[in-house]
Amino acid sequence: MTATSARAGGARGVAGTIATYLVLGVASVLFLLPFYIMLRNSMMTQMEVSSPDWQWLPAIFSLDNYLELFSDPSVPMASALGNSLLIAVVTAPVSTIFASMAGYALARLPVPGRGAVLTYVVVTMMIPGSVTFVPTFVVVGAMGGVNTTWGIIAPGLFNAFAVLLFRNFYLRFPAEIEEAGRIDGLGYLGVYLRIALPNSVSMLASLGALSFIDAWNAFLWPLVIGQDPASWTAQIALSTLLTAQSVNLPGLFAGAVVTVVPLAVMFLVAQRYIVQGLTTSGLKG
Amino acid sequence: MTSTAAPATAAKAVARHPRRRVDRHAVGAFILLTAPTVIGLGLFKYVAIGWSLLLSLNDARGTLELGSWAGLDNYAFLLSDDGFRSSLGTVVAFTAFIVPVTFVASLALAVLVNRVRRGRAFFRTAFLIPAAVSYVAASLVWKMSLFNGLPSGIANTLGDLFGMSPVPWIGTEQPPLYWIVLVTLRLWLQVGLYMILFLAGLQAIPQELYEAAAIDGAGAWQTFRRITLPQLRNTSVAVMLLMLIAAFQAFDEFYNIFSSGLGGSSTAPVQPPLVYLYGIAIKDQNYGLASAGAFLLTVVIVLVTLLQGRLVGFGRKD
Repeated sequence: MTATSARAGGARGVAGTIATYLVLGVASVLFLLPFYIMLRNSMMTQMEVSSPDWQWLPAIFSLDNYLELFSDPSVPMASALGNSLLIAVVTAPVSTIFASMAGYALARLPVPGRGAVLTYVVVTMMIPGSVTFVPTFVVVGAMGGVNTTWGIIAPGLFNAFAVLLFRNFYLRFPAEIEEAGRIDGLGYLGVYLRIALPNSVSMLASLGALSFIDAWNAFLWPLVIGQDPASWTAQIALSTLLTAQSVNLPGLFAGAVVTVVPLAVMFLVAQRYIVQGLTTSGLKG
Repeated sequence: MTSTAAPATAAKAVARHPRRRVDRHAVGAFILLTAPTVIGLGLFKYVAIGWSLLLSLNDARGTLELGSWAGLDNYAFLLSDDGFRSSLGTVVAFTAFIVPVTFVASLALAVLVNRVRRGRAFFRTAFLIPAAVSYVAASLVWKMSLFNGLPSGIANTLGDLFGMSPVPWIGTEQPPLYWIVLVTLRLWLQVGLYMILFLAGLQAIPQELYEAAAIDGAGAWQTFRRITLPQLRNTSVAVMLLMLIAAFQAFDEFYNIFSSGLGGSSTAPVQPPLVYLYGIAIKDQNYGLASAGAFLLTVVIVLVTLLQGRLVGFGRKD
């Protein structure tokens, strides 16, 4: 489309290209604006943040707000960040590997009753995720999982949708490679561990990266199950600062920065996998 | 010779009687590989939903054990409760705003990004990176800076350039300006995700179609309407479904923008069903009523999804 319109249109094509860049330029500035505001405000003084006169940058760059944020005894931001990291670091690989295991078995292993297990998995997708917070709370609560890290993590380790994605992936996996492994004396588990799994690295990375983002940014479930400050995640700590109508504005923005920056960096590093994961899960589901 | 012949006959036997001869090793591996998923879903979906269904038929307050049998009382209460009904109205209105706006914006951005050759990676990243931000952090920036209602707020600073006086965006109920705050927030967070899906759809359209259209002298708009849009039909259906289901489960931004907190949500001008259910389940600890609400909401979401499928299905005929 680019090539044809530019060639055919001549002057009109050039004008169109300029207009396209103009729209995209303005839109991207608007999209990046909140990041800039977050960083700018986090380094300003209270006076500067609430001043009606526009200031591009703080007069003095100061990290005092960050120090203050981490020394606030009522909102344990440091331990909350630690909890979030632990939750995301456990959830992403474990949930992805579990899904890969089940997806492989459902796609490849010649077992009677395979279809029934597939149905069993698919049926759970009919009830939308966050609506189930009440039933899940009922079960995790009965198991004594309130205010525990495992209570936050456990329900997120089982993802029916990811199982389906992996099943589709392994259905297209060339059978010859597996047969070669069988001839070399590998059992069914050996073929999965030595051949199928190492060949799914990009799929594991894609879905793992998405799972990491979801686990880090999750709000409703950690809010429901982790009511004690010791079990707060970074999102709950930040929300507590926000809804407590804190008067320390720069401190609030510093809180936003420390919860956003680790993920934004990971996002930029793993962007290729994230885009791949989004297209796989968005369109093939 | 014999050693190679034996497995061959065994394989033949398996092929001839696939149902009778069950490969025990395969069954063992199958059980090992599917066990975590089967047990996990069993516990957190089947047992959870089953128990919750029982609770919804009981008067269970402050206890996760079954209280006293209440039949359909919880459902009847919710269906006649103004709070629950208006929360459904809220989420329908929210969906009616957010879905078309996000749909058009993400499609437009995808078409534009797909057109440029230089800087494509930069633009794609700029629109996608908000997807890494949580609703809580975004709510903080929207509430305390962009739309804080003070002269220092970014929206009001921009308005000042055009001679507008400061507007209390979140506090104004008439007209309900808070919708602008809620819709722009979700738009910012989600538009990049859907743009990526549309970009993948656009790149799958055969180039020859555009070349043929150019030869026939079709204009840009005509090409878009007659080729791009119909070719994107499957992507559009998937995107709309994802948006719809996500909008019906809105919670984070409503909770954080309106500061419902644990203290109560009486100050919030609007609350979606999940905020309402959260109040019943966690604040009032009325698990029976909250369970009933969760099932009613599920029914509503399934119905809306089916309705959307029907509408799109009708569109396909003409």
